[in-house]
Parts: sequence; structure tokens; C-alpha cells
Amino acid sequence: MQVTVCVKQIPDPASPYQLEPDTHWLVRPDEQILDETDRYGVEMGLQLAQENEGTVSLVSMGPAGSMQGIRQALAMGADEATIIDDTELKGSDALATARVLGAAISSKGFDLVIAGTESTDGYSGVAPQMLAEVLGVPCLTYVTEVSVDDGKVTVHRQTDAGYDVVEADLPAVIAVTAGVVEPRYPTFKGIMQAKKKPVETKTVGDLGVEVDVDQIVTSITDAPERSGGEKIEDEGEAHLRIIELLERKKVI
Amino acid sequence: MPDTWVFIEESEGAPSQLGLELLTKARSLGPTTAMYLGTGSDEAFATLGEYGAERVFHIDAGDALPGAPVAAAISDLAGQHDVRLILFGQAYTDRDVAGGLAVRLGTGVLSNSADVRLTDSGVETDHEIFGGTQIATAAIGGDGPFLVLVRPKSFAAEASGGGAPEVQQVDLPDVGVAGATIVERHVEEHEGPQLEGADVVVSGGRGLGGAEYFEIIENVAKKLGAATGATRAIVDAGWVPYAMQVGQTGKTVKPSVYIACGISGAMQHLVGMKDSGTIIAINKDPDAPIFGVADLGVVGDVHRILPKLLETLNSR
Ligand SMILES: Cc1cc2nc3c(=O)[nH]c(=O)nc-3n(C[C@H](O)[C@H](O)[C@H](O)COP(=O)(O)OP(=O)(O)OC[C@H]3O[C@@H](n4cnc5c(N)ncnc54)[C@H](O)[C@@H]3O)c2cc1C
Ligand SMILES: Nc1ncnc2c1ncn2[C@@H]1O[C@H](COP(=O)(O)O)[C@@H](O)[C@H]1O
Repeated sequence: MQVTVCVKQIPDPASPYQLEPDTHWLVRPDEQILDETDRYGVEMGLQLAQENEGTVSLVSMGPAGSMQGIRQALAMGADEATIIDDTELKGSDALATARVLGAAISSKGFDLVIAGTESTDGYSGVAPQMLAEVLGVPCLTYVTEVSVDDGKVTVHRQTDAGYDVVEADLPAVIAVTAGVVEPRYPTFKGIMQAKKKPVETKTVGDLGVEVDVDQIVTSITDAPERSGGEKIEDEGEAHLRIIELLERKKVI
Repeated sequence: MPDTWVFIEESEGAPSQLGLELLTKARSLGPTTAMYLGTGSDEAFATLGEYGAERVFHIDAGDALPGAPVAAAISDLAGQHDVRLILFGQAYTDRDVAGGLAVRLGTGVLSNSADVRLTDSGVETDHEIFGGTQIATAAIGGDGPFLVLVRPKSFAAEASGGGAPEVQQVDLPDVGVAGATIVERHVEEHEGPQLEGADVVVSGGRGLGGAEYFEIIENVAKKLGAATGATRAIVDAGWVPYAMQVGQTGKTVKPSVYIACGISGAMQHLVGMKDSGTIIAINKDPDAPIFGVADLGVVGDVHRILPKLLETLNSR
């Protein structure tokens, strides 16, 4: 089974995000990390590939930079990666992303594509469904459990009230939530091997897709601030202050 | 004047609250059509009319996973009518349908919007970024149809007193690919008020230290007639069901009082609760970001404070 996992390199969320002054695009440093969200997809892909004698390819769009994030995913155990890096793609929205990822994925063939539910930096949450539509295959979203058997994928899909069990024939796209599996940490051996694994870099021209991005950010303004109120240290009586406030708000 | 369409899901036999919020907004922009996904009933259609829908396209997807086939149906409808704006909620199925529709119509989707405006040149939407500290305004030019996903509780739902709408049944087109099928539906049992509509919410985070400590959150909530909420950290850890998650990927709540226990206040959690009337936070780290939005911040240990709080409530 050929599993492809969509992985995004993002600026480390531990340091505050910067926006470019003119375009309001996110500043992307050379060193980007693997989006935490996608570690779940990689882990799921590795487990399914192992159970079904498969391989795991990674596909990623965006500035390759030092490829630290891609190497992190390879170090977990993925076999190879394709990265589409092109200045023309700066400021891409989810639709452009889906078209580019779709072209890269279909040129290599696939049985199952795994994406995250939403990226940490963009969080549009619509890229996986768009990707499935571009590829012409079903999309199973908000997946909290997956199994593959006999050319069929069965998942638990999170709903407002609980979950649904959903089935589809392969090939398909699934979007997994965090928590679906416990992502493994790369071993030292994995990290060493990752340096030698094949990483192919492509441009939009190589894929023969047209991208035009119609969405622009026109301004960034400060939101009306909600400021913190009183802060007290608990010295054994703080619960009484909570009671007092609940009384004042007529909750009790 | 071109129409505004609103995608509305059925929830327990009636239009979802989120759908009614969007209808209220849509009717301020011009003639409004509801695209209603569900079994449908005269009462449900009448409610849509009361909130401003002049026309209803009724779509019943049965056991098909709605995303792709419903997107195909709406895409066909959009080709036959003059529609400028299509509003969706930031909700599971809405996101799926909007994504599929975007590819079919060849247009982008404006996600996570807090407000939407039609302008002379196209559409403009506001988005809370960096945990709601800043607003980014995004725009798409042209004649549309523009696809916008709106966060829950961005607009208050208010009936307009409209009459019964014209209802058209819409069949799902054959999309030519094997679809996905829902084979079982599981509803998780839960006690107490619904999280989204609750007047008081008591939420717990990783600071509780373990699944077994969530019980005290439930007991305090029961005493206050409150709903219980959670952070993604403890939902992912399997302590409580997904349906309890508050935040960007979870539910948006706006209770009059929100009590956050052992919650750091990550920006993805804040966007789901920061518009609550009064926020009370208990966290042992004096620098926890949650204190930045708390009206009463208590620096202390949940294991010491919550039992005393419960005891005092019980003794009243
Ligand atoms: C794309 C994306 C979407 C996300 N969506 C959501 C979402 O919808 N909802 C959501 O909640 N999160 C979401 N997150 C996750 C979010 O970033 C945080 O990781 C999460 O909210 C943290 O949960 P927490 O506060 O329970 O845990 P932590 O951040 O670990 O905080 C625990 C807190 O408890 C305090 N504490 C520890 N012990 C005690 C004690 N004994 N007494 C009192 N306080 C104590 C600590 O000081 C700490 O502040 C999302 C993340 C991403 C990337
Ligand atoms: N540039 C990208 N490269 C690879 N995968 C991506 C990219 N953008 C989005 N994805 C995938 O789509 C998921 C949802 O992203 P988003 O629509 O940005 O919230 C992510 O978790 C990734 O798996």
C-alpha cells in the first residue's frame, strides 16, 4: 500500500510569529519545524504501512529552507519526500495548496493520503477536503481512529454529538486529529538514516499546474483588548473570593 | 440583487443554532436562501423562514458522508442561480462542503471569519489572529460566489418574523466517484446543559493532573447548573470526550461565567471562550496566559482550591 502523508514545515510556534509589513504574510525563517499536527499523520501512516506492507512518502509545499521539518518526519521512519518550493507560491491559499499537493501526489500514485485536520500556522482546515476533490477521491475528515482492510478504509469521524463510523474504498484522503495515535520520537539511528533518504525538490513548472491566489490580506489591526482583572494568590481562602464573585453574578 | 446563501445543518430535528446566526447575518445583506441539510420538516422550514430565509433548498444526504456529494449539488445550483455569497459555519460538515465546493467553483475559502462585508469590489472578512489580540482583514475581488466560513457566535440569532419559505427538494448528483458512507452513528451520553448554549461553563485542563481528577470539575459544574468543558490537551489524552473541547477546533462558548481550572490559556483555547462575560481562572503559574483574560485570577493549586469550593457550595 502506498501511503502519502502531507506535512507542513512551519516557523516554531514557541517564538512569536512575525508578519511581513506589506503583504501581511507570515515570515518563514530558513529553519522551520515539522508542524506538530502532522506528526500524528506521519505516525498513522507508518503504522498503516507496516500493517499493510506499504511505503510512506511525504509531500510538502513551501520554502524548503534547511529542511529540518522534513528531516524530522523522515527520522520518524518515512521513506522519502517531495517538496514543492517555488517563489510563485508565496502567499498561497488552501486552494492553491491543494492543487499543487494534488498534482505532486497524483504524479507519483497513491492508495491513501493522510493530512492533519488543520495546520498550526494557517488553520484554514479546508486543504484536505480540497485535495480530495482535486484528486477525485473520497475525503474522510476529523478522523480519530483508522483501519485499512481489503481495499477499504474505515474510520471514526468526530461529530458534535460523538462520532460516526465511516467507510470508503481506497484510494482516499483522510484528515486525522491530534490524539489519533501517539507519535513516536525519532531514534538516533532514525535521525542518521533521515540524512540519506531521498528528498526531491520540485517547482510549479515541473508539476504543470497553474496557481493563482485571489485571496489577499488587506490590513492588520489591534483587536479591542480584554484586559485581565484582579489576580490573587491563594492562601487557603481564595475559594471564598470565587463564591463571592459567583454570588455577585447571580450564579448562586 | 444577487442572493446570499447560507448552509445550515439539521441538529436534533431543527436548524442548528449556528445556522440561525448565519441566516440573521445573511438577511442584512439582501435576499437569502437556506441550503438545509437534514431530514427536513415543515417546522424546520418554518423556522428558517422566521429567521429570514425566503427560499430553502432542502438536501437530504441520507447515509452518504455529505462533504463531496453536497458540494456537487450546491455547485450545480450555483451555476443555475445568481448567488454572490455563500456562508458556512466553522463546523465539521460545513468545512467539508465548503472545501469541495471551492474546488468545483475554482474560488478560495475565507476560513475562521468573525465578520463579513460585501464591498463594491468583492467580499471582505475579519479574522481574529494571535489568540484574538489582532484582527486581520482579508479580501477576495470579483463577483463571487464567495465562500466564507464564519465562527460560531459571531452574530446573535434573531428571528425576523418572516413567513413560510418556498422549499425546493434537491437531489444529490452522481459525482462519479465512490463516496464515503456513514455506517454507524454514536451519540455520547452527557448530563447537564449543552456546552454551546450554557450560561455557566466549568472547564478543566492538563493542570488537573489526571483523568480521575475531572470528577471534581463535574461536581462543581453540577452544583452550579453549569456545562463542563475541556482543553484539547485532555481531550487528546482521552480523559474526556471530544465533544467537550472548547477552542479553535472545538466549541465556541459565550457563557456569562467561565471557570478555567488548570488551563494555560493557549491562543487556540482563548478563541473559543474569551468572549465569556466573566472569566475566573485557577492556575498555579502566575505567568499563565489565561490570567491575561481573567476577571478573577487565582494563583494556586486546583487540588487545594476546588475541593474547598465544592465543600462551600455543598454547605449552602
Ligand atoms: C491547530 C491547533 C488547534 C488547536 N485547537 C485547540 C482547541 O480547540 N482547544 C484547546 O483547548 N486547545 C487547542 N489546541 C491546543 C493548544 O495549543 C494547547 O496545547 C492546549 O490548549 C493546552 O491545554 P492545557 O491548558 O490543558 O494544557 P497546558 O498548556 O499543559 O497547561 C496546563 C496548565 O495547568 C497549570 N497547572 C499545572 N498543575 C496545576 C495545579 N495543580 N493547579 C493549578 N494549575 C496547574 C500549568 O501551570 C499550566 O498553565 C490547538 C492547537 C493547534 C496547533
Ligand atoms: N503547504 C502544505 N504542505 C503540506 N501539507 C499541507 C500544507 N498545507 C496544508 N497541508 C496539510 O493540510 C492540513 C490542513 O491544513 P490547513 O488547511 O492549512 O489547516 C495540514 O495539517 C497538512 O497535513
